[in-house]
Order: sequence, then C-alpha cells, then structure tokens
Amino acid sequence: MITATPTQHEPKNYINSDYGIKSWLLTQDHKRIAILYLIVVTAFFFLGGLFAVLIRIELATPAGDLVDSNVYNKLFTMHGIIMVFFFLIPSIPAILGNFLIPLMIGAKDLAFPKINLLSWYIYVAGGVFTLYALMRGGVDTGWTFYTPFSTSYSNSYVIATGLGIFINGFSAILTGLNFIVTIHRMRAPGMTWFRLPLFVWAHYATSMIQVLGTPVIAVTLLLLILERGLHIGIFDPALGGDPVLYQHLFWFYSHPAVYIMILPAMGVVSEIISCFCKKAPFGYSFIAFSSIAIAVFGFLVWGHHLFVSSQSVYAGMVFSMLSYLVAIPSAIKVFNWTSTMYKASVEMSTPMLYAIGFIGLFTIGGLTGLFVAALGIDVHVTDTYFVVAHFHYIMVGGAIMGFLGGIHFWWPKITGRMYADTWSKLSAIIIFVGFNLTFFPQFILGYLGMPRRYHVYPPEFQVFNVLSSAGASILGFGYLLPFCYLLYSLKFGPKAPANPWGAVGLEWQTSSPPISENFEVTPVVTQDAYQYSTREEVKVG
Amino acid sequence: MDSKSITFFPEQASSIAGTVDNLYLFLVLISAFFSLLIAGLIIYFAVKYRRRSDADMPVPAHGGLLLEITWSVIPLGISMVIFAWGASIFFTESRPPADSMEIWVTGKQWMWKVQHMEGQREINELHIPVGRNIKLTLTSEDVIHDFYVPEFRTKADVVPGRYTTEWFRPTKTGKYHIFCAEYCGTKHSGMVGAVYVMQPADYAMWLTNGGAQGSMSQRGEALFQQLGCVTCHQADGHGRCPTLVGLFGKPVEIQHGQVVNADASYIRESILYPQAKIVAGYEPIMPTFQGQVTEEGVQQLVEYVKSIGPKDTTGAGAPTPSPLTTGSQPGTAQQRATNPTAITVPGKR
Ligand SMILES: [Cu+2]
Ligand SMILES: [Cu+2]
Repeated sequence: MITATPTQHEPKNYINSDYGIKSWLLTQDHKRIAILYLIVVTAFFFLGGLFAVLIRIELATPAGDLVDSNVYNKLFTMHGIIMVFFFLIPSIPAILGNFLIPLMIGAKDLAFPKINLLSWYIYVAGGVFTLYALMRGGVDTGWTFYTPFSTSYSNSYVIATGLGIFINGFSAILTGLNFIVTIHRMRAPGMTWFRLPLFVWAHYATSMIQVLGTPVIAVTLLLLILERGLHIGIFDPALGGDPVLYQHLFWFYSHPAVYIMILPAMGVVSEIISCFCKKAPFGYSFIAFSSIAIAVFGFLVWGHHLFVSSQSVYAGMVFSMLSYLVAIPSAIKVFNWTSTMYKASVEMSTPMLYAIGFIGLFTIGGLTGLFVAALGIDVHVTDTYFVVAHFHYIMVGGAIMGFLGGIHFWWPKITGRMYADTWSKLSAIIIFVGFNLTFFPQFILGYLGMPRRYHVYPPEFQVFNVLSSAGASILGFGYLLPFCYLLYSLKFGPKAPANPWGAVGLEWQTSSPPISENFEVTPVVTQDAYQYSTREEVKVG
Repeated sequence: MDSKSITFFPEQASSIAGTVDNLYLFLVLISAFFSLLIAGLIIYFAVKYRRRSDADMPVPAHGGLLLEITWSVIPLGISMVIFAWGASIFFTESRPPADSMEIWVTGKQWMWKVQHMEGQREINELHIPVGRNIKLTLTSEDVIHDFYVPEFRTKADVVPGRYTTEWFRPTKTGKYHIFCAEYCGTKHSGMVGAVYVMQPADYAMWLTNGGAQGSMSQRGEALFQQLGCVTCHQADGHGRCPTLVGLFGKPVEIQHGQVVNADASYIRESILYPQAKIVAGYEPIMPTFQGQVTEEGVQQLVEYVKSIGPKDTTGAGAPTPSPLTTGSQPGTAQQRATNPTAITVPGKR
C-alpha cells in the first residue's frame, strides 16, 4: 500500500507509522493484517475468475473445442475451490471484519493480535498447498470431492488440495474465535450488545459458524485423505465404506458455509443502507436476531443437497421443511432493508448502488432457493444449471456485491483516499447487468435439463450458453474496473476526510486512515447505533 | 434434436412432468411477484425520498412488531404450501406402482448398461413402451452416477454398493435424453444416451429382435449352476445353506434375532458380502463371490431367486410394504441397501 509519501504535515496513521516489508509481514495491527488479506484474497479472486472465463469460453459452443475434458474438469474444480475457500469465505470477514470490528466497537485491536497474524500465515500456507496442487496438474473432483470418485478413481492431486483446504480451515477457525472473544470482551465503555452495529452482529453469527462448522470439514477431508492415501475403508463401498456418508459430512459444513459467505455481506448492506438513508435500519433487533437465527438453522438443512442421493424419503421431507424455515430470516432482512428507505433521505452513492444490487440479486437467489428446496422440483433441477445459477446469485450476486459495496464504503477509511465517483457508479451498473446476463439464462438451461459440470452439451442448449458467456465477458470487464480505479486512487485520489459519507459509526470518528491505536482516547458510547438527526418521529404499526 | 424455436420447458413426456411444471409455474409467479414488489418499492423510495439537499432529513420510523410479524408469517405460510406441494410430488416419484415393469440399469465410467427382464440388453439406450409404469433398479460398478431424463422430470443417483430405484410412466412416444447428472470423472458429459418410448406393439417387436439368449432369470439359473451355488443352496432345504425357494420378499431371521426382508439388496449383499448377515441357525461358511460375478450377473441371480420365490405374490400374499409400518421407504428412489423393495409381479411374464 503505497500511499502518499509522508510530508512534514502528514499526520501519523497505521500506514505511515512504520516502513519496510518487515513492518507489514510481522505486524500485529488488525488494520495492516486486513490489508495483507486484501492483497492475497484479491489475487485469488482474479485467479478463480480467470478459470471462470475459460469455462465460459469453452461453453460458448456445444463441442469441447478449447480444452479437453480432463482440463475442463480441472478448470471448474479449481474455480470452485479457489472461489469458495480462498476468496468468498475469507473475503469480508478477514478483510473488512478484521479492519472494522475493533474500530466499530471502540477497541484498540482484536483480542489476540498475534493469532490474527497467524491466521493470515495459515491462510497463505493453505493457499500455497492448493497452488502447488494446481501447478502439478490440478484436481478434477469438483470442489465437492464426492466419494468414491475422489478417493479411489480420480488421477489428480486430491491429497495436496485437500491438505490445502484443511490447513486453510484453521485460519477461519482462529479468525472466528478472535472475533467472538473480541466482541465479548473488548467493547468500549457503554457499547452494549444492542448498540452494536449490525455489521458486528453479522460477524458474530458468522464466527459462530466458522468455529463450529469448520472442524467438521477438516475432519471430513482428513478421512478422505486417509481413505485415498491408506485405503482405509470409510466412504468407498469397495472398501466397506458408505459414499453417501461423505455427502452428509461434507454438506454439514458446506451448507452453513454459504452463510459464512452471505451473512457478512448482509452486515455490510445494513451499514450502507443506513448510512445512505441517513436513518437507523428498520427493525434493528429483527435484523440482528435473524443473523443468529440463520446461523443456527443453517446447521439443520444440509440434507437438502441429498434429495436424490438415496437418502430416505422422510429425511428428505424434514430437510425440505427446515430449508423453508431458514428462508424466513432472510426474507425478514430484505423487507427491513427495503422499509429503511421509506421516508428516508436516500443518496445514490456507489456503495448504495452495490447494496441495492445486493438486495436485487439476493432476492432472486433466495426466491429460487424456494424452487430447489421443493422436493418435487429439486428432483428435476438438482445437478443442473438451475442450481448453478441459484448459488451464484447468492454467492456471487450476494456475497461479491456485498464485498464490493463494503470496499467502496470503507475505502476512504482504509486508504485515506477517495476514488473516482463516475467510474465506480458505472462499474456497479456494469457488474449488475453483466451478472444477470451471465446467470439468468442458466436458470432456463437448468430447467431445460442441462446437467452441470458438462464439458460437451447437446446443441439445443447453445443459445442460452452463448447469452451466458456474453454476460460473463461484461461481468469480467466490470470486475476489472474497480481494480483499476481503486489502485489509481491510492496515488492520485483526493485525500479522504475522516467521515466522507456523514455516517455515525465509531469508525468514522477517527481519522482516515486511522492511527495505529485506532482512537486517540477510548471512546465512551452513550447512545444506540445509527443515531442520525431526523425530523419528528413517527410510529408505525 | 435440431435447434427448434426457443423453448423454456423440456417436453412433457411422463405422467408427472405436468405436475412438476405446474408447481414450477406457481413458483415463478410467486417469485416474479416478490421480485417486482421489492424492486418496485426500492425504486419508488429511491426516487421519492432522494436527498434533495444536504439539509434533507429523514423521518425515522420505529419498527412495528405487527409489520415484522406480517412479513414473517406470510412468507412462512406461502413456503409451507410450496413445501407440501413439492413433498406430495416427491412422494409419488418415490413409490413405484406395484404393477411397474422392471428394468435393470448399471452405470459405469462412462456408459449405461440396461438389462430387460426378457433378456434384451442395450448400452446407452433404453427402449420402453408408452403408457406403462417403468421401474428402474439402478446400481454402479464404480463411482456415483445419476440417471436423469429431463423430459420425464426425474432422476436418481446411481450409487455403487446399493440398489436405488426410479420410476416413471412415459406418456408420449419419442426419443428423449439420458444424462448422467452426477459428476463422475473425465467423460461425465459423454455419459449420455437416449430413451426410446415406443407403442406397445413396436416394443413387443423390438423385444423379439434382440436375439437375447434367455430371460434374466434363465441366465441367473445358469449362473446359479455354474458358480456352484446349487451345491449348498439345495431346493429341498437339505443343503448346508438355506434354500432359496420361496425366499424372495419374505422376512428372514438372521443372527441376534434381527429380521430382514429378502429383497434384491439383501440378495446382492449375500452374494458379495456373505458374512454381513448370516441366517439364524446356519454357519458362516459361504465364500464371497466378489470378482467372480459382475453386477449384471448379480442382477440375473436376483431375478432367478425372484422367479423361484413365493408363488402367490400378486396380491394379498405379498409382503405389502408400508413405509409407516416398516419405518423405511419401500421401492423408493431413495432406497437404502437394507430396505425392502417394492413387491414384484412375477406372474406377468
Ligand atoms: Cu445447502
Ligand atoms: Cu456422470
């Protein structure tokens, strides 16, 4: 992060407090660690994105003409693994959560600064393992590693990749633990639980899932490695194992993992909407508790991934019903965000555009969740492009819009610079349009019956595949824009004031960028979050 | 399959296709309503309450409990309707009717192998008569596959080491896709084929054209001799092993007083993993036949055992499976290896 060269008048902040690569790689400042994460996570995002581009080029024609089937299978596998484990899961928590939670609760740092740095090193180590597997030839099991294909049949680097994800999991566990302890123990005087910003509530719920869920995927991957490496029969029926057991274990973590990706984005959106409506979010406690409800119920629905897997019919019915229950807290959030805009003072800033884009894409993603949770429909659309479209609306539409919205919202705080307003608004619109053009046709493809993970497909599916590939090119361009103008702003952007948006959170009361200690004096909190000055009060309901 | 005019639905070629499409359309309407509602409100609020000057101040609205309850309960109600509707379709999809015509399907990397009861075998093709209930019993030789026919709106995972089932009643003659829907390795997208739904007369003709050498149960009988099963499993029950006559579909008492149903999965398991369940009163002396008999051979043996099963299985005498009394799911697409299968009707052929 090369910001302005310090002058006599430049006040000290966390960026210019120390120089040299060592001061970054050995830092214990949560803000600097967040920057370390930002750099690596961004690199993984573009790597995963590159694989997506290759997939979409290949699928523009029905025949397999760009790469052969083995390469294609490795492309979608590496795309999934990198995007899920090395981009989506760490993106908002490890970057924005890391940077902002101490600032928002009026603390000097996280509870365990050294563990925070350790988390980053573990994340990098896990990434290196995975990249090693990639360099050696990659892995072709899909990010789901279904057995017995992954343990007994695949001729690719399953163990190295599995170890990479296994190692990376500890990073998520430690970050979650750090957040939980920090939120419990480090709040400034007067910062009661119900004065916490919703961003913090969302991260608290996320951390719970990370701490409770990640060990399960770690154990599952370990069992998979044991079976593949030592032929201990756990999942392969030829060795006396049960292949469907693997799916239960895998989804017990991987369904809640979706909420690790989406809850922090919901937290971001709550902050942005409140700020650019200049009023408190409608139904603060409902939004806060819906995060907790999602985290809890999220652990009870894994079986909806197994409706056609030979799971019992009655188990299928229970999981279907529970999946509908977990949809309700999400619906509550959407209604509350929308209501916040009622009689507000709405400013269509760049972060607000992303937040509204989030609501739109998340709503479609959530509503199509009703389709796949319906047993009779899921039998037809599971393992087709319908599911691919559905989860991309949630995980890419939702989580990445939230991530980009958050980056744009707090960029002035993080870097002390403002970015180009026109470019950023333009890119938000391009991303929204490109996203829908990429993924909406995939719903239709899925209902028409095109299975996912198909390298070659019947020609009647081509029209919608071409639309999707065209959308992907727009989307890819849209993602490159922020990378360019944000980098540009680091050197040439105007200096950001402490509170460019007129927001009320504690993080806006310190300088931009903040000093290493975050606050000159520990703040004392005397009122609820989101106390914007308003006109006369009205009572609804 | 030329590129015809653009369509949003696969053909409706099975008895449940229309039902699934109806629920789908209902959901599309619900989704369109809520998407437009949210989008409309956001755009309306964004325009109406846009900030006109920096002095602009919002009017705070304090959360109304009534409002929160309303927008929790309405979605909950709607989603429970969807749940029940979807579950009822699923329940039908999971229970093959008793009069189903049975066909065996084996998946392997990367092809589908089909055996008809009459002995016809085909690869990557499935010929069936229109209007009949068809029950597929599926298994895999290697990894998990999934037998998917979009025009029938149904699919089922094909899992190694167990039998799963899938049923449909084709309502329209024609040629439809078979897709492998569960990722299974390099040529996953090449593990495709075609279902040919034919007029019953054409199907009968097709059956006679195959040059098949004996029905499945006849081949099973030959295997039974060839593998030496007959030396222990004697018909009169005097062998060292339990007789298989009249066994199929009946409850069997095994060690520790447990009782299992002698269904296809049980017979398959007894051939390949004979030590798994020992019939009460017998010694665990049976060797495994893994490696000596293919999955298709096992299927023929199952058909042979079925053919010497209880004679009266057409009605009351059959162990009518009831999910509520057995606590499992007879004859479902979700069948576990230990569950009883649906009753079969050997008298038909
Ligand atoms: Cu899930
Ligand atoms: Cu496959």
